[in-house]
Amino acid sequence: MHAIVCIKSVPDTTEVRFDPETNTLIRDEVESIINPFDTYAIEEALRLKEAHGGKVTVLSMGPPKAEKELKEAIAMGCDEAVLLSAREFAGADTWATSYTLAQAIQKVGDYDIILCGKQAMDGDTGQVGPGIANQLGLPQLTYVFKIREIDFTERVIEVERLLEEGREVVRSRLPAVLTVVKDINQPRYPTFRGIRRARRMQIPVWAPADLEGADPRYFGLSGSPTKVVKIFTPPKREGKVEMIEGETPEEIADILSDKLIESKVI
Amino acid sequence: MDFSFTEEHEMVRKMVREFAEREIAPTIKEHDRNQTFDETLLPKMAEQGLLGICIPVKYGGAGMDYISLGIACEELERVDTSARVILSVHVALNSLALLQWGTEEQKQKYLVPQALGERIATFGLTEPNAGSDVASIQTTARRDGDSYILNGEKMWISLADVADNFLIFAYTDKSKRHRGMSAFIVEREFPGVETGTIHGKMGVRAGNTGYISLQDVRVPAENLLGQEGEGFKIAMSALDNGRYTVAWGAVGLIRACLEASVRYANERYTFGVPIGQHQLVQQMIAKMAQRLDAGQLLCLKAGWMKNQGLRNTRETSMAKWYCCDAAFESASDAVQIHGAYGYSDEYDVERYLRNSKGAVIYEGSREIHTILQAQYALGYRQDKPLRCELPAYDQEEWEAEE
Ligand SMILES: Cc1cc2nc3c(=O)[nH]c(=O)nc-3n(C[C@H](O)[C@H](O)[C@H](O)COP(=O)(O)OP(=O)(O)OC[C@H]3O[C@@H](n4cnc5c(N)ncnc54)[C@H](O)[C@@H]3O)c2cc1C
Repeated sequence: MHAIVCIKSVPDTTEVRFDPETNTLIRDEVESIINPFDTYAIEEALRLKEAHGGKVTVLSMGPPKAEKELKEAIAMGCDEAVLLSAREFAGADTWATSYTLAQAIQKVGDYDIILCGKQAMDGDTGQVGPGIANQLGLPQLTYVFKIREIDFTERVIEVERLLEEGREVVRSRLPAVLTVVKDINQPRYPTFRGIRRARRMQIPVWAPADLEGADPRYFGLSGSPTKVVKIFTPPKREGKVEMIEGETPEEIADILSDKLIESKVI
Repeated sequence: MDFSFTEEHEMVRKMVREFAEREIAPTIKEHDRNQTFDETLLPKMAEQGLLGICIPVKYGGAGMDYISLGIACEELERVDTSARVILSVHVALNSLALLQWGTEEQKQKYLVPQALGERIATFGLTEPNAGSDVASIQTTARRDGDSYILNGEKMWISLADVADNFLIFAYTDKSKRHRGMSAFIVEREFPGVETGTIHGKMGVRAGNTGYISLQDVRVPAENLLGQEGEGFKIAMSALDNGRYTVAWGAVGLIRACLEASVRYANERYTFGVPIGQHQLVQQMIAKMAQRLDAGQLLCLKAGWMKNQGLRNTRETSMAKWYCCDAAFESASDAVQIHGAYGYSDEYDVERYLRNSKGAVIYEGSREIHTILQAQYALGYRQDKPLRCELPAYDQEEWEAEE
């Protein structure tokens, strides 16, 4: 079994401070972390390795210092890591990111399953996982809550997806791209053995030249069809508080449910 | 000169922080209130490798250095003192003493299962009538054929009711005063060993502290650690390691006080401004930051010396003395900053204050360290080399499987 996990280095928002003057995040000196949703993808891949043998490769596109997050994945038990880092990759939107990651996945090769978090905490689009599937022509299983069955010889997988309307069970052939939600598992802590291994490990850094066959026009900012016109903080939503009064709790509940139905909340 | 932590140290910090926040923080208030020791914690710490963190891999440990041990103590005590105490007695006072003084057979038999966390260990020096004055202990060990017969009572022993292996100090020859003291590895299973828990402590209430009673306990002669008469030296060298972990833990406690105080000072308003805007509150916070930095530097220096294999009795005492006083003062100020809320157990700072007081007493009280430092400064005291020194950290050797 060979699982490839795509992870993103994001600022640790629990450490981020807000500049009240400019209304923006103060990003300098902010520690970066593995995008929390991606830690569930790593955990799921490690569980597959424990159950079926094989190896887990982690892949990230980002600045050189994203090496730290890859090393953390190694410390958790992943076997190999690759960092995609070059000036040409910078400024990529979700399309260019998916393209670049897909090219790298092809170069890593020989995979049975690809795992991503459901979305990144900073960008919040949730598009990169499906984008990779699209680029590679693979089935995509998004918002996976549980792997119900997986068979690497028959090359099939059955998962439960967590949707707003409920849960959906889907069967697919392998290889497939999964994006996972946080309820799927509880990520493990890194181990000391893993930390020692991470220290010794030299993580290869790939630049455009390493992605033979890729079209350099599709990398980075210039390869991104999305144009960000403007970023702004939405105006604060004004709310008003209304206390419902009544003789008995039942009466209050009735008034409340009437109001909720009236305003189409339920 | 390099003041930065290595990438590896950062990973250790992050791992232990996550562990403490996930495994200890959610239930600590309840255990502290009820004076209960969380039985599930030791197996979790064992699984994580924390119980053998700086022990070589070939002895079942995790193969990290002494600074990693310190960082782990800091991160555990940032959440609660009781968790750090486990590393102090199990790793520093007991397991490192075995690493330093033990024979190969003793290491295989006792150190390996301790480093793996299969057996929990503690350190029995203090007695009902002997604390600071170590030489006045009354426990005796009488040679009888291939064994020693131990009699006596140990008091205020951390993990007394939980541990499997005890390092017990006793007189083999009382007439020689501290040169007649010896150290023994005693197993809970040996007939005549009894333990109990002390309740009603002011702090470290989620930690287990108790007594060990030894009545005609037959200990095989091969369980003598070091040589006959080396007990006092072994105890003092073990304290060099125990105090080191207490000092790092105190840094974690200061960090917790600072974090809580900063949070509260930004939230709480008086006279139309957050209290952080009042200069007298700022002074308390500035002093916490000062103590945090100064304390951490003292700990780092002691840790660096341990890694290098340099004698560090003076530096470790200095770190322990400074950091524990500093933690107590920081906790007191943290309560002050929280006002009446800080005086209730709705917030954590009152627990920090109760916990911080203990470390001003144990592992050398404030007074004992003051005397030690005066003696060093005045030239009354010098450390002579020991027959067995704590081995310097050698990465290759620590990581070797065989
Ligand atoms: C929570 C907790 C956990 C502990 N865990 C352990 C453990 O695991 N193993 C273990 O062996 N012990 C343990 N101890 C015991 C601890 O090490 C002793 O309490 C400590 O050594 C002080 O001894 P004492 O309490 O007998 O005080 P005493 O020695 O009686 O001292 C009383 C007071 O007199 C002062 N004093 C004593 N001598 C002098 C002097 N020469 N000059 C000036 N002042 C002096 C002291 O500073 C103190 O203020 C623990 C204690 C506590 C509270």
